[in-house]
Amino acid sequence: MRHFRLICIMVLLTAVLPLYASHAEADTGEVDIEQMLFGHIGDSYGWHLTQWNGRHISIPLPCIIRSSTGWHVFMSSRIEHGEQYEGLFLAEEGRYEDKIVELLPDGSIVRPFDISITKNVASLMFSALLLIVIVLGTAKWYRRHDASYDGAPGGFAGLMEMMVMMVNDDLIKPSVGEHCYRKYAPYLLTAFFFIFLSNLLGIVPFFPGGANVTGNIAVTMVLALCTFVAVNVFGNKHYWKEILWPDVPLFLKFPIPIMQIIEIFGVISKPFSLMVRLFANIMAGHAMILGLVAVIFVTARLGAVISGSMTLITVVFGVFMDCLELLVAFIQAYVFTMLSAVFIGLSRQEEEKQQTKNI
Amino acid sequence: MNLMLPDSGLIFWMTIIFAIVFFILARFGFPVITGMVEKRNKRIADSLEAARVAEEAVAHLDREKERILSETRSEQERILLESAAERDRIIEEAQLRAMAEAQKIMEDARSAIREEKEAALKEVRHEVAVISLAVAEKILGSELSKDEVRNEYVEKLLDEISSLT
Repeated sequence: MRHFRLICIMVLLTAVLPLYASHAEADTGEVDIEQMLFGHIGDSYGWHLTQWNGRHISIPLPCIIRSSTGWHVFMSSRIEHGEQYEGLFLAEEGRYEDKIVELLPDGSIVRPFDISITKNVASLMFSALLLIVIVLGTAKWYRRHDASYDGAPGGFAGLMEMMVMMVNDDLIKPSVGEHCYRKYAPYLLTAFFFIFLSNLLGIVPFFPGGANVTGNIAVTMVLALCTFVAVNVFGNKHYWKEILWPDVPLFLKFPIPIMQIIEIFGVISKPFSLMVRLFANIMAGHAMILGLVAVIFVTARLGAVISGSMTLITVVFGVFMDCLELLVAFIQAYVFTMLSAVFIGLSRQEEEKQQTKNI
Repeated sequence: MNLMLPDSGLIFWMTIIFAIVFFILARFGFPVITGMVEKRNKRIADSLEAARVAEEAVAHLDREKERILSETRSEQERILLESAAERDRIIEEAQLRAMAEAQKIMEDARSAIREEKEAALKEVRHEVAVISLAVAEKILGSELSKDEVRNEYVEKLLDEISSLT
């Protein structure tokens, strides 16, 4: 009975909401779906919260720019509506669309060195802070208690312990190998929880979540580079021998280094696949949900019946997609960590293992 | 929109933020958790091992107790048997000794009786001799007043007596 009432309310709401939407969009005319989609998926200088009475409400974030005239630090609200600030403004179109550009005296437009605290950077900072608080909060329990006498923690610390040990024992240990996984466990655990938390925050539709952090290629690139460094800098002699002088017939590696080229291509493609996989999965998830939400606004002008029924379908699909995204948030963090662990494990393989395999 | 082009500013910040997060968590976060959990696991394993050892010790003690009990039981049985045998032996011995004692007492009594009897007989004989002498003296008084008859008779009597004794 209670469920039935809830469903009725939801159906009514979905029927009423589009009316508001169509009313709100009436003064701006056509809904710019593309702009909305990419505006949410991409990065921006301010943190757009909502639209109220036709006005955009956003949190201004600091811009830090080094242009040809030196350093400039200002809030993003200064350049919000096409205004110029010390020769800097937001490009409307072209290569640097929606980025801060500088107009040089000779009339050419260049992109200055830009380390602004954008929406994604702010979100990164937030999730980093949250992660530190969560993990150190859990660690505090262990500092306060003697784990060998007080037993296992309960509550949140217990949940965190379960997850940490799940990743540590079931993912990192078997993938990297028993003998040297301890050295890599902190990095892999950090990567897992960083990605997982950022993914989850990305699903939250309002501030301070909602930023497409792990669906941004720069973020995943840095993560993939960290794995690249962990694999190649700490790889052992055997790993490099396998790349530079593998156990294949001589004509395959000398005088034309075919095998070496293939191996080096593999070395690069491994982190590249990590980077693209995480980026594409999360970005696509955001795009799907936003696209579904956009359906409500697109169908708003087609009459109450169509838009109402479409809205209902959209909400059902949206709930489904959000659940799916929760799953994807975990799976992608898991996959990234697992593949990183496997790549690291391959770079730490001992020679003797290989020999026993050959026999 | 260049979704596939990484933004340099974001790379810069991501590197810094991730480095800081990694540094803090790798230093004060995850190793504390995993270390403590490992410590706890080790303690659990140790406790299990200790429990196993204790159980074994208890089982050993049980066996020992069983063994001692059965040993005691057999010992008790043995002692009971032995004591019974001893008792029988002692009783038998006592009986034998009593019998011998009785024999000896009887013997002594018998010999004493015999001696008494002999002494009495001797006395009686002496009395009889004296009486008979006196009687004989009275009877033979007249006859023995003669010296030769008397001497001859005394001699004959003495011979008789010596042959008697």
